[in-house]
Amino acid sequence: MSIKEIFTTMEYSPAPESDQVAKAWLENLNNQFDHFIDGQWQKPTDKHYFEAKNPVNNQFIAQVADGTSADVDQAIKAAKKAQVAWYALGGHQRAKYLYAIARQIQKHSRLFAVLETLDNGKPIRESRDIDIPLVARHFYHHAGWAQLMAQELPNYQPLGVIGQIIPWNFPLLMLAWKVAPALAMGNTVVLKPAEYTSATAVLFAQICEQIGLPQGVFNLVLGDAKAGQAIVEHDDIAKIAFTGSTDVGKIIRKTTAGSGKKLSLELGGKSAFIVFEDADLDSVVEGVVDAIWFNQGQVCCAGSRLLVQESIQDKFINKLKARMDKLIVGNALDKSVDMGAIVDQSQLKTIKEMVQIGIDEGAEIYQASCPLPDNGCFYPPTLLTDVEPAATLAQQEIFGPVLVAMSFRTPKEAIQIANNSRYGLAASVWSENINLALDVAPKIKAGVVWINATNMFDAAVGFGGYRESGFGREGGKEGLYEYVKPLWLTQLSTTPKQQIIKPKQPLKPVASIDRTPKLYIGGKQVRPDNGYSLPVYDASGQHIAEIPDGSRKDIRNAVEAANKAQAWTSTTAHNRAQVLYFIAENLEYRQEEFCQRISQLSGKSKKDAQAEFELAISRIFNYAAWCDKYDGQIHAAPDRVVTLAMKEALGNIAIVAPEEAGFLGMISTLMPAIALGNRVIFIPSQQAALLATDFYQVLNTSDLPAGVINIITGDRDTLTDTLAKHYDIDGLWYWGSATGSQLVEYEGAENMKRTWVNYGKYYDWFDNEQGQSELFLQHSVEIKNIWVPYGA
Amino acid sequence: MNKKQSTATLANKQSKQHIARNPGIDFTPALFNDISINRSAVERRASTLGKRRSIKKQHQAAWLLKAITFIDLTTLSGDDTPGKVKRLCQKAKSPVRKDILNALAVDDLNITTGAVCVYHNMIKTAVSALQGTGIPVAAVSTGFPAGQTPLNIKLSEIEASVADGATEIDIVISREKVLTGDWQAIYDEVKAYRQACQNAHIKTILATGELATLTNVAKASWVCMMAGADFIKTSTGKEPVNATLPVSLVMVRAIREYYQLTGYKIGYKPAGGIQTAKQAIEYMILMKEELGNEWLTPELFRFGASSLLGDIERQLEHYVTGSYSANYRHPIS
Repeated sequence: MSIKEIFTTMEYSPAPESDQVAKAWLENLNNQFDHFIDGQWQKPTDKHYFEAKNPVNNQFIAQVADGTSADVDQAIKAAKKAQVAWYALGGHQRAKYLYAIARQIQKHSRLFAVLETLDNGKPIRESRDIDIPLVARHFYHHAGWAQLMAQELPNYQPLGVIGQIIPWNFPLLMLAWKVAPALAMGNTVVLKPAEYTSATAVLFAQICEQIGLPQGVFNLVLGDAKAGQAIVEHDDIAKIAFTGSTDVGKIIRKTTAGSGKKLSLELGGKSAFIVFEDADLDSVVEGVVDAIWFNQGQVCCAGSRLLVQESIQDKFINKLKARMDKLIVGNALDKSVDMGAIVDQSQLKTIKEMVQIGIDEGAEIYQASCPLPDNGCFYPPTLLTDVEPAATLAQQEIFGPVLVAMSFRTPKEAIQIANNSRYGLAASVWSENINLALDVAPKIKAGVVWINATNMFDAAVGFGGYRESGFGREGGKEGLYEYVKPLWLTQLSTTPKQQIIKPKQPLKPVASIDRTPKLYIGGKQVRPDNGYSLPVYDASGQHIAEIPDGSRKDIRNAVEAANKAQAWTSTTAHNRAQVLYFIAENLEYRQEEFCQRISQLSGKSKKDAQAEFELAISRIFNYAAWCDKYDGQIHAAPDRVVTLAMKEALGNIAIVAPEEAGFLGMISTLMPAIALGNRVIFIPSQQAALLATDFYQVLNTSDLPAGVINIITGDRDTLTDTLAKHYDIDGLWYWGSATGSQLVEYEGAENMKRTWVNYGKYYDWFDNEQGQSELFLQHSVEIKNIWVPYGA
Repeated sequence: MNKKQSTATLANKQSKQHIARNPGIDFTPALFNDISINRSAVERRASTLGKRRSIKKQHQAAWLLKAITFIDLTTLSGDDTPGKVKRLCQKAKSPVRKDILNALAVDDLNITTGAVCVYHNMIKTAVSALQGTGIPVAAVSTGFPAGQTPLNIKLSEIEASVADGATEIDIVISREKVLTGDWQAIYDEVKAYRQACQNAHIKTILATGELATLTNVAKASWVCMMAGADFIKTSTGKEPVNATLPVSLVMVRAIREYYQLTGYKIGYKPAGGIQTAKQAIEYMILMKEELGNEWLTPELFRFGASSLLGDIERQLEHYVTGSYSANYRHPIS
């Protein structure tokens, strides 16, 4: 086109970024990607490769090693061998390596960006301006954490060898999110990138080689799900960090159940994008573009559910449609495109099928008018309106550039619809009313909430989900805890610290029963639904009383009661502290009675019973003290933004108390959970059940609202099974057998419960380091990061 | 009329759309009272505008030539003299070296700047220097730049400028009325200015750098358009902060809404601080993205700039020769 013609048409032109350097890099590798194990480039043991293609034009990129379990085994061995020395280097030396990685990434930033775009199909603008800068930032930030580890995380140890499995949507960024904290904390890594996208991981391994990272610290195994599975199943893996689909996340949780492997899962989402009538609508439109047409919508936290206040719905949807027609889809290397290619034909097919389901269910479709390239995997920006919350597409993740829109009337309804999802990864809230926005954000079940913004990320700010969007956080100090463990946790005893009572044989009849213990549900003493009871023995094995044999229906009732006690979660921390202190006060008043009971049930001397009681009182004080002190943080993201890392109660936590640990075990587990605002379904130790039933009388006089603590006595294993399978229980803490621990993790996978189990080991409850560890607080909360950009 | 002149007139006619003048509407606070602009979100959009679109090679050359036609080539100094203004007018008539235009094969487009912009005292000089070119003379008015003079004097100033031959009047609004929330007063004054302008087009300068918030910028844009502005303009060039992309985004979005409401297209003029070809292209991308190609015409888009042209010339020469240019290779004004 001549200049004169362009002068008249004023059209844009393609402005492709050169791929010459990237092509030369690929040719230099003979277009072949091998494993990087123990500092060496290694061919797959069975010599098998598969092809990686550029989704924009289906052109061949490279042969990719198809990793086998033998390759994985080799890599894990290398990582294991390297780990002790890597940690022993000390924080400062590790910091220097991480810093060197950050520098190298910056020096080769354009090569990384072009490779990422060739491999994945995302627009060069995004890989250049978003992905790669965030990657460098992540290594800088975590170089700092390596430096500060000894100071900031005293008494914590690395976990060992970390298996990391990452997706194809942000190949290098996900690598950075996984590798940087793991290495910073002194772990070594075996990483498997997604089969579609290995290129930048290979370049990253080259960088590790260049800077002289010690052999075996970072190992790269390429391949598909086989290799991933081999990592998950390997005995020498201390932790799996996985980002990917919720289905695979559940499989990983089930596969590793009971193994003691630590797990962090960053899974799917159907994040709500809420627009209130007082929002800056033109800005919101751009927010939508960044929410759902960023990276072709292949973003786990994509704002894919648009909720618009009814009063502005038509106006807003019209603005959005007009904006859609300005979007340009095309060659991802072109600096003038808004959207590139879908990663693979199979993904494209899924998107098409899901949109058809939406249309079949009555949605109205609007697609951007821009032409699509003839070849390659392209799908236009798409808006589906008239989608009701009950529609398939309002519930299921599409993972493509498809937005579904629905309306709401009031803030309350917006929250209700937003939370009407199995997922809970992220949300955007748009309103110019700070009162409204700050009221709504904490009420949304999501790990990240952006106020008047969307898809903002930073290394200093934790990212991760609620509910079936997974657990664990990446980024920020909260993310470090995924890669460390307290030393004492590695030194737990395999035998109980206290005696487990065995009934005398033959059983003698009950001599005298002074009281009828009941279940405690919703602040009331109730009989068990099934009408059965279980015997309780004293320390000598004498049958002294009967406790209700609680069953699944009692659990159901307890959860319903807990749900009604949400006010406990929203009340002030100061109020909760008052109640805890009051519990301690009332308990102390009945000291003699409780000490006698402790002696009776445990056989302890008066003095020992007294000591246990006093320690229990001290623990209540401890958690009363923490109520208003275990508070959040404001992260320093490099933007004009306040990022509030809020610690929020999980919700309903079920606690299966340690059988051998009697009164102290009960207090030690119950108090942190309620202190931080959870409602509890408590299964007491069977042998100490009478202490629990005595205790509810104290609760009754201590202003504890009904339903905050619900006590179900009965057979632990049966009740645990019901609890693990209950969808409305958010957290499950279990102290018991190895088998029970496995069951909790396995069955808890279905709704991604935050589980905490002891794998059949025993805590020393009298040791404050164990019995009053920070872990109790950590497991009582989820960290939600609320981003609040500001500016007058 | 020689041949060259007639082609120029023809080119001018071809490039000029007929844009119906905005008659204004009644003062309607409901249209702007609830506006609240989110600065962070606006800045995010503004910062990616130039990164989402890339104008290269012959497209860049064409866009830069177009940019020249948007320039209100401006001199607003206490030491302006007739000689200085004549030189400026000469530059407005032939803004780019002939050999460069030849190399770009656009010599018959008769590229000129959009207008020449001067103080009242220089209008006559400019009008006579531009005789027959079709290049309009714009005059800043109403106590420019601060606007702290009595209304009757402001109105007389406009009338005098129109009488002297200015066909575009760049007025300043009373910033203190914005800061005290007296929107009715701003509406009334702009409406009065508009009447005084008669057939001359009125550009209303908001002095956005002195309005404190983007919300005030949006509201002031609305009030000026309601009062009958033909253009809304960011700055006098004398405020500490002049035209910026975020401010522009807010103003062009207001233009879009006003157009959707009334059907009248209001022009946009960022002024002050636009010194590079790259910046000019970012503004043009903004106009194209937010308002569409129909706004990429001198009737609806101007740059208030004095040094921008020099950078554009250098970029054009670079396009032609492949070598980076130097200031002294291009005639000064």
